[in-house]
Amino acid sequence: MQEKLGQVLAAYRGQKGATIPVLQKAQEVLGFLPEEAIAEVATLLGMSKNEVYGVATFYAQFRFEKQGDHTVKCCQGTACYVQGGRRILDAVEDELKLAPGKTTTPDYKFSVETVACFGACALAPVMVVDNTVYSKLTPAKAREILSKI
Amino acid sequence: MSFDEIRQQAKLEWGALRYSDKPHIYVGTATCGQAAGATAVIEAMKKELARLGIEALITEVGCVGLCYAEPIVDIVKPGGLRISYGSVTPEIITQLITDYLVNDNPRPDLALGTIGEGTIPGIPKFLELPVMKPQVRLALRNCGNIDPTDIKQYIANDGYTGFTKALQMTPEAVIEEMKKSGLRGRGGAGFPTGQKWQFCRSAKGTEKYLICNADEGDPGAFMNRSQLESDPHSVLEGMLIGAYAIGTTHGYIYCRAEYPLAIQRLETALKQMRECGLLGEKILGSNFSFDIEIKEGAGAFVCGEETALMVSIEGKRGMPRSRPPFPANSGLWGKPSNINNVGTWADAATVMQRGSDWYAKFGSEKSKGTKTFSLAGKVVRTGLIEVPLGIPLKDIIFGIGGGISDNKTFKAVLTGGPSGGCLPASLQDLPVDYESLARAGSIIGSGGMLVADETTCMVDMARFFLSFVQNESCGKCVPCRVGTRQMLTILERITKGKGEPADIQTLEQLAKLVASTSLCGLGQTAPNPTLTTLRYFRDEYEAHINEKRCPALACKELINYYILPDKCEGCQICFRNCPVQAISGDRRMVHVIDQEKCTKCGTCLSVCPERFGAVVKVSGQKIEVPEKPIPVTVKPRAAAKT
Repeated sequence: MQEKLGQVLAAYRGQKGATIPVLQKAQEVLGFLPEEAIAEVATLLGMSKNEVYGVATFYAQFRFEKQGDHTVKCCQGTACYVQGGRRILDAVEDELKLAPGKTTTPDYKFSVETVACFGACALAPVMVVDNTVYSKLTPAKAREILSKI
Repeated sequence: MSFDEIRQQAKLEWGALRYSDKPHIYVGTATCGQAAGATAVIEAMKKELARLGIEALITEVGCVGLCYAEPIVDIVKPGGLRISYGSVTPEIITQLITDYLVNDNPRPDLALGTIGEGTIPGIPKFLELPVMKPQVRLALRNCGNIDPTDIKQYIANDGYTGFTKALQMTPEAVIEEMKKSGLRGRGGAGFPTGQKWQFCRSAKGTEKYLICNADEGDPGAFMNRSQLESDPHSVLEGMLIGAYAIGTTHGYIYCRAEYPLAIQRLETALKQMRECGLLGEKILGSNFSFDIEIKEGAGAFVCGEETALMVSIEGKRGMPRSRPPFPANSGLWGKPSNINNVGTWADAATVMQRGSDWYAKFGSEKSKGTKTFSLAGKVVRTGLIEVPLGIPLKDIIFGIGGGISDNKTFKAVLTGGPSGGCLPASLQDLPVDYESLARAGSIIGSGGMLVADETTCMVDMARFFLSFVQNESCGKCVPCRVGTRQMLTILERITKGKGEPADIQTLEQLAKLVASTSLCGLGQTAPNPTLTTLRYFRDEYEAHINEKRCPALACKELINYYILPDKCEGCQICFRNCPVQAISGDRRMVHVIDQEKCTKCGTCLSVCPERFGAVVKVSGQKIEVPEKPIPVTVKPRAAAKT
């Protein structure tokens, strides 16, 4: 853990209010925040593990379990909701055969997240796979996009 | 190089670009343009230009706001007018290059409008289009017009002249100018900007902070994203002016992580500002020093609240605290801090560039200037708009928005997101300004405007917003944590057809309690959507509770799909498409939906051929259908034709 994180985090040592950027950096490197990473960050910033974990769990961005290779973010914001965003999410979960309550497929190929709004409301409903935005979706279109990845 | 020299050079370069002897092509590549396929259009365009050996200038610009027509490409031929084309695909751009650039046919059939002096037969003037005419674009003046990654294009269009003007004035005079302009906070609360700056300037202490709130968390709002992606310098210039007026040396931009392109554009913009001497020590040779740091949010809606945002910058859990002390006296790190929204900063730059008298000419008596809104939902023309405050609601929805899509009727507009409220169609003459909306029970808020038609259930909408707020409640104060939960439970019950007559009264009581006793704006405004829908659409609540009926046919638990036996021709299309095998039937047999198995996904309704129209969606109504498939009784229309 230390080899992986040590160097990237060193730049933040002693910086005021660096908790969130440090956690973001750690998650960028590791893909998620395992317990050891939380401990590492705590040591670096001179905080307790509890404090760091408390901050991390407050924000929706941080993940504590291993994520899939591809991240599928389904927008459930107002505009997407009105235009059928829920049906897109249902289709995605069904297509990836996600077990209820699970967000990552057993083969770690996909992780599914819901997001409140991407700000692409005029193109609703939208879904973002990794960094590509797909707009004006239908359940069938969403299934097709995923089946090609 | 002095600023004057930079400006002169920028103007020269801008002129060279505008009066070039090569064709100039502008492509909108903000997030929305990219989502609509702008990247593929650029690739196809470059390929075709290379194939034909045409040299052209290509500028990637931000968003002009016509999201419904993305991707948008503008073409200027040397000495010609700028022509805007909408809904461009790789095929269309390839055609346009041959037709217009090579054969001089401007293809009026594909054009949206022309920009500039003169006309082209068959193409309307862009600014005369119904979508543009009611708009007054001040904050958005550069969006879609300049390259947001090039500071010089901003400078060539009077950029940073507001700041240089401010530098010639005393900080007090700058604040006075802001007060005279009548500018009010664009983040939602509408507090007078000049007064806010004054408070922070007067606060004791030398270490003060300036913050730009770019944590645009309201679902359905994207004005800030578009502004930052399309014209980041307008916001940064406003921050420079504010920092000078208030007397601070350090600024933060708190931008939500869901906006990666906005963050990238800001980073580029800050770097260029430093290169031009507009950021850092002794800016433009004056005694004023200022620097800006970007802080990325981590996905917490409550961090849009000012005190929560500040503790989040400090690296803690983003929970609000009670005020006073107000941030102007004790904010970030306990020091005097001034926070304004992206829109306010951009407007502050406009005020200084053009003068307060000029700015105050726009808008209404108490709400001066213009405001950006993101218009989305069930309107024909969705997009980012900017209108003078006081404009009647209907001018936005029917004028700019072009009315309701799919020939449906206008039912309501939701303003201000989860903190706002809904305004019914009967209030369409209402002027859109801070006071009028507040009187009607809603708020302007950050500027989200979501239009609903008769297929949107208002009870479900209230439930949707409340579930969002409930989910985002930080849990620090009881009224918000527990109150919103209880309200949500009741609303969920109603939308599932399990509501009780006393629920409406309980909801109202709870709503008032949560609004009056919550710690921060999130809780105080959380009941707004519920209260306004109860005020204007009480009959829908009553229908859900008393008749177990959803008039909008939207609440899943209250609707049923039936196949009409006198219309079904047994074509088996619905049978094959039903994802849960809830339909039984055979060729030339009337199909039947098993109501127990049906998940109400609506697939059968959407696939049933229009000429049959055999599937219906109803609520609170039972339709007589056979229990098992029976032979088709209608004449085989499809067969008769052949």
